[in-house]
Parts: sequence; C-alpha cells; structure tokens
Amino acid sequence: MFEAIAFYLFAFLTTLMFFITVTTSQALHALTALAAGMIFISAFFFILGADFLGAIQIVVYSGAVMALYAFGMMFFDTTREVKEKQGNQYIIAGLSVVAAVLVVIIFAAPMVTDNITALYPMTEGVGNTQDVGMVLFTKYLVPFEVAAIMLLVAMIAGIVLAGKKMDDSLTAMNESEIEESNARRLS
Amino acid sequence: MEVAYLIETIIKVVVVLTIFSALAGIGTYFERKILAFMQRRLGPMNVGPYGLLQVAADGIKLFTKEDIIPTNVVTNVFKIAPVITASTAFMAAAAIPFLPSFDIFGYTVNPIIADINVGILYILGIMGVGLYGPLLGGMASANKFSLLSAARGAAVFISYEVVTGLSILAPIMMVGSLSLIDFNNYQIENGWIVFNLYGVGFVAFILFWIAAFAETGRTPFHLIANDHEIIDGFGTEYSGMRWGLFFIGEYANMFFISFVIPLLFLGGYGDGSLLGALALLGKVAFFFFFFLWTRAAWPDVRPDQLMWLCWKVLMPIAVVNILIAAIIMI
Repeated sequence: MFEAIAFYLFAFLTTLMFFITVTTSQALHALTALAAGMIFISAFFFILGADFLGAIQIVVYSGAVMALYAFGMMFFDTTREVKEKQGNQYIIAGLSVVAAVLVVIIFAAPMVTDNITALYPMTEGVGNTQDVGMVLFTKYLVPFEVAAIMLLVAMIAGIVLAGKKMDDSLTAMNESEIEESNARRLS
Repeated sequence: MEVAYLIETIIKVVVVLTIFSALAGIGTYFERKILAFMQRRLGPMNVGPYGLLQVAADGIKLFTKEDIIPTNVVTNVFKIAPVITASTAFMAAAAIPFLPSFDIFGYTVNPIIADINVGILYILGIMGVGLYGPLLGGMASANKFSLLSAARGAAVFISYEVVTGLSILAPIMMVGSLSLIDFNNYQIENGWIVFNLYGVGFVAFILFWIAAFAETGRTPFHLIANDHEIIDGFGTEYSGMRWGLFFIGEYANMFFISFVIPLLFLGGYGDGSLLGALALLGKVAFFFFFFLWTRAAWPDVRPDQLMWLCWKVLMPIAVVNILIAAIIMI
C-alpha cells in the first residue's frame, strides 16, 4: 500500500515539476522545477529497490542542473520574466502530443505482447550496486568505455578552448602587465 | 509487524529532528564561547549563568521576528530556499548510524532510520543538494551581493564534489560496500581505515576532511556567505525564522559530517559496547571542535584559490591514491 501511495505521489509531483519547467516564463522557476523533478525521479528507483541508481540520479543531476544555473546566472536577470517568442502554438501542441503518444507506444508495445524477459536477472545474495557493476563490465563493457572516451574528448576540447590564458591571473598582475597582455591578445 | 516498524521509524525521526535542532542552537553557543576564548574575550555572558541561556534568547528572537519578503524577489523560490537547506541536512541523517544498537525493555533499537545499502552515496548526494538552498536564496533575492554569493556557491559545489567522491573510493574498495554499518563492521576486524593499506587510508581521510569543510561551507572555505563583505551573502534579504532555517541547516550539517568522518575512517562505534558508543561521541565532539578551531585560526581563501586547490591539487592526489590502493589490493 505504501508503495502505491509513494508511486502516485511522486508520479504526480514529477509530472507537475516538468510541466512547470516547460510552461513558466520565469528562468529561476524553470530551473528550480527542473532540479526538483530530477530529484523526484530518484524516488521511483528507490521504490523499485534500485538504491544505487537512485542515489546516482540525485548526485549526477543535482550537479548537472547546478551547471545550468551557472549559465542562467550569466545570461539572464533570473528575477525577471523572459519574453518568449511564441511560434505557431498548434504545431507545438501537435508535435508534443505525437511525441508523447510515440513514447508511450514504444514502452507499452513489449508489455502488450508479453515479450519482456530479464536477460540478466538479479544475482542472489549481492546488492544491486554489485549487480550494476557486473552487467556494466561484462555485457555493456564496450558502450561503457566508448562513452568514457567520448567524455574525455569533450573534456580535453573544453580545456583547449577555455584554457588558453589559464595561468595568467589578472589580480596578480599590475596595470602595465595587464595592458601588455591585452595588446598581445589583440595583435 | 508493519505497524510496529512504522511507529518505531516515526519515533526515531522525531528524536533525531529534536536532538539535532536543539544541538544546532547549542552549537552556536559553543562556537561563540570557543571563538571568544581563542581571541581572549569572554563571549556571551549576560543571559543566564555563563551566558548559557543566550540560546533561548536567540531562539525567541528568531521565532518572533517579522518574516519580511522584499518586493522584487521571486517569491516562491525565495520562500522555499531555506527549507531546502534545513530539510536536506536532516534527510541526509536518515542513513547515519548514530549509536550501536542497544536493548531497551527487551526491545532492540537500531539508532539508524533507514539502513539502505548505498548509505554513504545517499548521504553525500543529499548533502550536495543542500547547497541549492544558498544558491536559490541568492539568485531569488534580487540583490547583487546575494547573487555574487550564489555564484560562489555554484563554484564551491562544482569543486568539492569531485574530491569527496574520489577520496571515499579507496575506502569503499577496501570495504566492498557502501553501507556505513558495513564500514563499521569492517573496521572492527581490520583496524581503523586511517591506518590501513600503507597510508592510502590516511591520504583519503585527509582529503575527505578538507572536502568536508567545503561541504559545510566553514572557514577556510566560508566563501559562500563571504564575511569580508560584512553582509551575509545569500542571507542578506532574509529575516526571522527563514534565516534561522539556513542557520539550523548549516549547523546540523556540521554535526552530521562530524558523525560521518569517524564512521568512515576512525572505527565508528567499534564493537557496539558502551565504551565504543562513548568513543564515537568523543570523536564527533573533536571534529565539531576542529571546525570551530579552524575558524579561529585560519583566514578565508578566494573562490579561485578553492577551485585551484580542488581541481589541480586534491583531485590528482585522490586519483593517484585510488590507483595505488587498486595496485596494492590486486
């Protein structure tokens, strides 16, 4: 009974939060609702007994949304409403309905035909942390490593793009040195 | 069975909430006294004997002060920000075993609210979410100093989380579990993790300890609410109990992290005897005192210095530490 109550409560809350995220015209409301929605999703993992994925969901997404906040802070006055350019509302509504129906069909199709079998059932006597590790480093080793390399490439690219003048500190320089470095950059 | 479990959990939650809310108040008294003695002052002296009732006076003031919502703020976010800080601090406490299990009238009590098997990840994750409080409070305040404080909060968040995560990996590899109770049981058999594996445990301990200062936002990393600006950073526009919630959250976090450090590295409550329980409380008291001691002894660092420290010094050390631990254990 508690599981059902928790499920419906968090289902309602998650939907509400993401609804606020896409409908509000206030950047701070949108970001906050997004963060809350991401954290509420972790409740489903906890209800299903996948504690590890639940905790990871909280750790990863709270950090990711925090980075979004930093961008929001740089680009907007987050306490003011953003004037949105509204395109054709019917196209937006139609496309979102079609997308939602598609997603439901994709997930419901295997259930209707009873084609779901657990390829890697839970190993008896170990926690789900170990189970995730076992599947990740046997069956899904190649995708896992490819994803790691992709992230590494992105990180190196970021460092190369942003880190040109990383060792110069404006606070440690005096006036003439700053002008000199500006001149060097412009030339 | 289920009803008994439910009642027991509710009682535990209420006990933890009351004890640590009260401790947060008393913690401020300790902080002011210890800082005063270290700076050759007397500290609070006027209310009650040795100023002991100062806590009550502050409490009355916080509860009865008018709750002002300034006109230009984003009202909903502004109202909810302090609640996030306080509530996440207490949510994190759900996975902390405060004492060994004991018998009371023939009924065994486990002083942990939920022994989930990813305890330490859950605690660190939820404590990380706690930094949303200062961030949202600062951004919603429509005040430039608050906004700057929120920006510093984001900087702190993205720097320290890497260090905490990587530094506990080596101990997790030794124990092979994420539950704090398993950490404790491992240390009964193999000795404290600080002294384990040829110094790997010690390096992890120091890294985690440094990151704990950033996590709780204490001096030398007290840069979210920058004291040098005289005003209170993200808390500038807050008044009354909303400001008090930020305060309770910060001090509760200090106490909880003081529980987590000994449980992870210093043997926890040992074999579960009364002596072990007292030893754990002693360790917690030491770590809490150390937070105050550092505040009296050290200046704050700049945000860029904190990021330099975390990303260029502590993170490489943590990675090398994990590598060494893995090589030794293979």
